[in-house]
Amino acid sequence: MARIDLIELGHAYRPNPTAPGDFALQPMTRTWDDGGAYALLGPSGCGKTTLLNIISGLVKPSHGRVLFDGRDVTQLPTEARNIAQVFQFPVIYDTMTVFDNLAFPLRNRGWKESQTRVRVHQVADMLELTSDLKHRASGLSVDAKQKISLGRGLVRPDVAAVLFDEPLTVIDPHLKWLLRRKLKEIHHELKLSLIYVTHDQVEALTFADQVVVMTQGEVVQTGSAQTLFEEPAHTFVGYFIGNPGMNLLPCSVQDGAAWVGGHALALSGAASAALAGAGGKVSLGVRPEFVECVADADAGGDLAAGGDTVPATVLSVRNMGTHFLAEFRLGEHRVAAKLRAIEAAAGSTVRLRFPQQRTLYYVDDQRVA
Amino acid sequence: MKTYNNRAWFLILPVLICVAFSAILPLMTVVNYSVQDILSPTQSVFVGTEWFKTVLRDADLHGALARQLFFSLAVLAIQIPLGILIALCMPAGGWRASLALVLISLPLLIPWNVVGTIWQIFGRGDIGLMGYALNSLGMSYNYNGNSVDAWMTVLVMDIWHWTPLVVLLCYAGLRAIPDAYYQAARIDGASRLAVFRFIQLPKMRNVLMIAVLLRFMDSFMIYTEPFVLTGGGPGNATTFLSQYLTQKAVGQFDLGPASAFSLIYFLIILLFCFVLYTWMQRVGTGDQK
Repeated sequence: MARIDLIELGHAYRPNPTAPGDFALQPMTRTWDDGGAYALLGPSGCGKTTLLNIISGLVKPSHGRVLFDGRDVTQLPTEARNIAQVFQFPVIYDTMTVFDNLAFPLRNRGWKESQTRVRVHQVADMLELTSDLKHRASGLSVDAKQKISLGRGLVRPDVAAVLFDEPLTVIDPHLKWLLRRKLKEIHHELKLSLIYVTHDQVEALTFADQVVVMTQGEVVQTGSAQTLFEEPAHTFVGYFIGNPGMNLLPCSVQDGAAWVGGHALALSGAASAALAGAGGKVSLGVRPEFVECVADADAGGDLAAGGDTVPATVLSVRNMGTHFLAEFRLGEHRVAAKLRAIEAAAGSTVRLRFPQQRTLYYVDDQRVA
Repeated sequence: MKTYNNRAWFLILPVLICVAFSAILPLMTVVNYSVQDILSPTQSVFVGTEWFKTVLRDADLHGALARQLFFSLAVLAIQIPLGILIALCMPAGGWRASLALVLISLPLLIPWNVVGTIWQIFGRGDIGLMGYALNSLGMSYNYNGNSVDAWMTVLVMDIWHWTPLVVLLCYAGLRAIPDAYYQAARIDGASRLAVFRFIQLPKMRNVLMIAVLLRFMDSFMIYTEPFVLTGGGPGNATTFLSQYLTQKAVGQFDLGPASAFSLIYFLIILLFCFVLYTWMQRVGTGDQK
């Protein structure tokens, strides 16, 4: 277990990168605390697996350093780093029994056979593999094989961190849920540092204390599930997290109001100040969960009184069981809303309320207010 | 009630006819010869198992069979490990891999009788590079006079000619192993030897099985190369089974004994292949207890 520091860490597959586009991983500096559970969340190809492989030493970074507890390990090979990693697809040693598979990392490091036995049984208990220990690993189901891979990742108690690279992709949904809970339990029990790569937001948000959202080789925000949901620092976080993602509407600022689709919304003092004089592309973001639909055709329209509603046309309404998912047209933009109830039928005009404290403003994709 | 129409079976008729003419009829002809004494094209006598008995008691045949078995086992014992070793040393990708593959495969492109001729000249003491070099080093090397030299030359020639096949198969097997296995092995702290023993070897099992069977069958039927190189000599030091068989059938026109022996030969190959196949299917997969 160790604190992991990344210092000016970047990676480019081409030599002499100059523009940001040359980097597979943009140079970054950050610290991951000992014993934390982190998730790296992002779409495919965003560099999260590269980052993971750099930490484990499978990939040598072209720029910067990696420190474990202050010790520079950048040049150390994987074997010398004392780190565990679990891959997307199960990797098992076909000719060995499940027991031997789990014992392999320990035996390679010269553990005594008696200690190995105790530890392997512990890990097998946690993962409910005990009944299979004597069986040959090659005959088992994919689920069981992936559990063996997880087990090999968890079997060494002294590792700096355990890295997971989308380990539950091949597992069926029900077992996925069980294993995720299991991993969380194990994290609490063993106090291991865990770093978990995934493109599934539900997985990331339920597993990790801190979610690191990445896109295009760059970390755009680190935070708890609640922070990422309520205060996305980047339009990508707003759009990527949540289902459906945040409504992001291009707008312009004039006369202390934000103009969107030809209609004005009053700005709070703070937002007004932050946006004053801001150049670049301004957009407004509001989560579908916070959008309200007002029946009264004139309500909240008065700018001077802090008007926070705009007229919109109902495009469609779907009953999702627990809520209604409605889509509206606002000028040339579309707005999604999750509503408890809605009276208006498709085609009719309503007013949408964007509550001021839930409406965020972005300049060039970065949140300013 | 479903009606079954069996006319679809007619679709396999062309295959049946081809196989009949290419394999079954010739085999049956051999069976026919093996139980008859052909006195002349129009006159033959049924002799039952007599030819089989004669052949099985033939001391020359025992000698040829022993030589053959020893040769094939030597071929497997050398070519399989050597092929694996070379495949492990080959570059994994890029132009180096292509170059290595082309160079390695070159011997495979050379026809059998040309291989024999190449080595015949290569080994000559007067003009052959190898023969001259060995003699210059003080060894009295002569594949025409010394049976050990002749034997070694045939063996080395076969290794040169056919190890590339094993290399290609192993190389294909190695390339098919996903990177994640090597990465996992590094994470688990496995030594180079452990990587070979627990990842590469098990993953190469299927291609190795093909390699072993092919090399066994091919080497067990070796004919052209020793025929061109030594003609079976000196004495009959390099007379292997198929050459012995040809001498009987074509040289002496003893069609009966030759046919009987062909069938025995066929059964030996079948038996060995079956045993090798079964063994390799089991090894490393059966439960350890």
